Amino acid sequence: MDYLININPAYLNLAYVLAAVLFIIGLKGLCRPRTAVRGNILNATGMLIAVLATVPIMLREGYGPGKPLVSGFSTIGLVVAAVLIGSVIGVFFALKIRMTSMPQMVALLNGFGGGASVLVAGAEQLVKKKDLLEGNTVELNVSIAILASGLIGAVTFWGSLVAFAKLEEYKSFKKPFFYPGLKTINALLGIIAIVLFVWGVMHPESTAIYWALVLLASVLGLTLVNPIGGADMPVVIALLNSYSGLAAASTGFVLGNSVLIIAGALVGASGVILTQIMCKAMNRSMTNVLFGTMGPSASAPSADDVYGGKVKSTTADEVAMMLDGARRVVIVPGYGMAVAQAQHAVSELAEYLESKGVEVDFAVHPVAGRMPGHMNVLLAEADVPYDKLREMDEVNPTFSQTDVAIVIGANDVVNPVARTDPNSPIAGMPILDVDKARTVVIIKRSLSPGFAGIPNPLFAADNTLMYFSDGKKAILDLLTALKE
Amino acid sequence: MTRHGFLVPMLRVGTPSFRRSASVAGGDAERRGQCVPTEDRGNEDKVAKFLNESKIMDTFIVNFTIFVLACFVGYEIITKIPPLLHTPLMSGSNAISGITLVGSLVAAGSGFVALISTDGLVSVLGFLAVLFATINVVGGFLVTDRMLSMFKKKD
Repeated sequence: MDYLININPAYLNLAYVLAAVLFIIGLKGLCRPRTAVRGNILNATGMLIAVLATVPIMLREGYGPGKPLVSGFSTIGLVVAAVLIGSVIGVFFALKIRMTSMPQMVALLNGFGGGASVLVAGAEQLVKKKDLLEGNTVELNVSIAILASGLIGAVTFWGSLVAFAKLEEYKSFKKPFFYPGLKTINALLGIIAIVLFVWGVMHPESTAIYWALVLLASVLGLTLVNPIGGADMPVVIALLNSYSGLAAASTGFVLGNSVLIIAGALVGASGVILTQIMCKAMNRSMTNVLFGTMGPSASAPSADDVYGGKVKSTTADEVAMMLDGARRVVIVPGYGMAVAQAQHAVSELAEYLESKGVEVDFAVHPVAGRMPGHMNVLLAEADVPYDKLREMDEVNPTFSQTDVAIVIGANDVVNPVARTDPNSPIAGMPILDVDKARTVVIIKRSLSPGFAGIPNPLFAADNTLMYFSDGKKAILDLLTALKE
Repeated sequence: MTRHGFLVPMLRVGTPSFRRSASVAGGDAERRGQCVPTEDRGNEDKVAKFLNESKIMDTFIVNFTIFVLACFVGYEIITKIPPLLHTPLMSGSNAISGITLVGSLVAAGSGFVALISTDGLVSVLGFLAVLFATINVVGGFLVTDRMLSMFKKKD
């Protein structure tokens, strides 16, 4: 053990550099599906190296010259216990979670990351207080970084938990919770947080100010995320992801640890980029997503005007007949497919059609589902080869050569109003041009509106057939009809 | 500002921090090219304080430089990741943010010093932090692996 403790810190810092390099190479591996598995393993290896390199530092903190031997051993015991319990819980989550619930999983894990930052900074605050009582000086930037970790970490923790509750569709979180004056309250909380922050920097010995700031940040996490609707959660999760990165980076500033800073910056960048992509795909600014309200405008036509007498309903047999003569079919999945757990049935349908010589593609809108890339994961799970999963820009020009477009559980992302009505809440949002296909089949339970709360004229278009049914049942019936 | 004029102070701030020490006296510091304020020269306490402060500032600047550069690297790499893999990217980068585990371990370590001397609160916080961060790391990497291994090309 002495050898471990007396190890030259330069070696440990080199190990941290190696870990950071592995993170960068690992993320680079995620650029292609073929190299992605290896990239993830490189990331995990980097993490293992960073953790192992920390063990001697940890031992030196707990066991060293003049410190009782027992402390070193009990430190190890405590840490090993926490790591074991944490691993078991982590493995359990990772293996048990269904692919449809992946957004909840990411939100929850994100919350744990934020929570860890709050706790680390809390512990460091106590150590700092002890240092000050012993007459040592504490660096200003350490005080700032501790408070920043606590603030960002607490917002991330509670914000992620609210996002989790919304994604799980718990009753009390289902409706965007909005009341007048919320913005004023949030602004007020924000100002108090800044005041507490400055006060905490001026009184580095006070643990109470730190926890007061954490408490305030917790309230802020709740009130900031709660008014945001379920379909905007992709943006919120991406943003919270970048916060957890920033929390890690500021913990890195506290401890003067470069690998925390680098990893935190990488994660922060990733979250910010995903947030930008999501906002662009909805043609909304981040401010609008986070603080605006989404809903039908007063001038929007009512559902009766749009649908009145023009909606044609269809049956499995009729769709099967149409598919028999089709040369190219595009399937457009949305969140409804995930809810109906229909991905396996959809994959089976695609496979059957391909075996009959039909060209089948999947058109995936960037904000389909409840997190970036959600639909791709579901379809990959159902054994759809990834080269069949087409991005919006790639697939849109092909709709005019498509015989049948099957829309399952998607609504706003195929609403042509986005192109035509500049006053609609989704005006300017890039959409999948399914209305350009020869025939559009929409599998949906009813004519109920999507998240934007507006009617979809596509449902009443001349080339559209509505196939009213549960998503999974509809596809299975269709398969039976096709095979007859 | 000229290119030259911009670069020189950057280099002076960035590099010599490892050679500095708070105990260096004024004359010594001047020989090393430090800018000790004229009125403080010869006053050892003030010089020491000045050098200590500039050392702290240097550490911060070095860390901040690392942070800014890493942000650029992250931006360059992550914009190249296709939407196809955005969910695994989120869960994977999420697991990386569990790097706070490293911070947690140090905090848990210093915890027992406090446990023996004053109270166990630090170690309780450290224990929970390690627990939370481990869930984040292990769960994150494993679920990412599970997802990525599902992505297959048509055979």
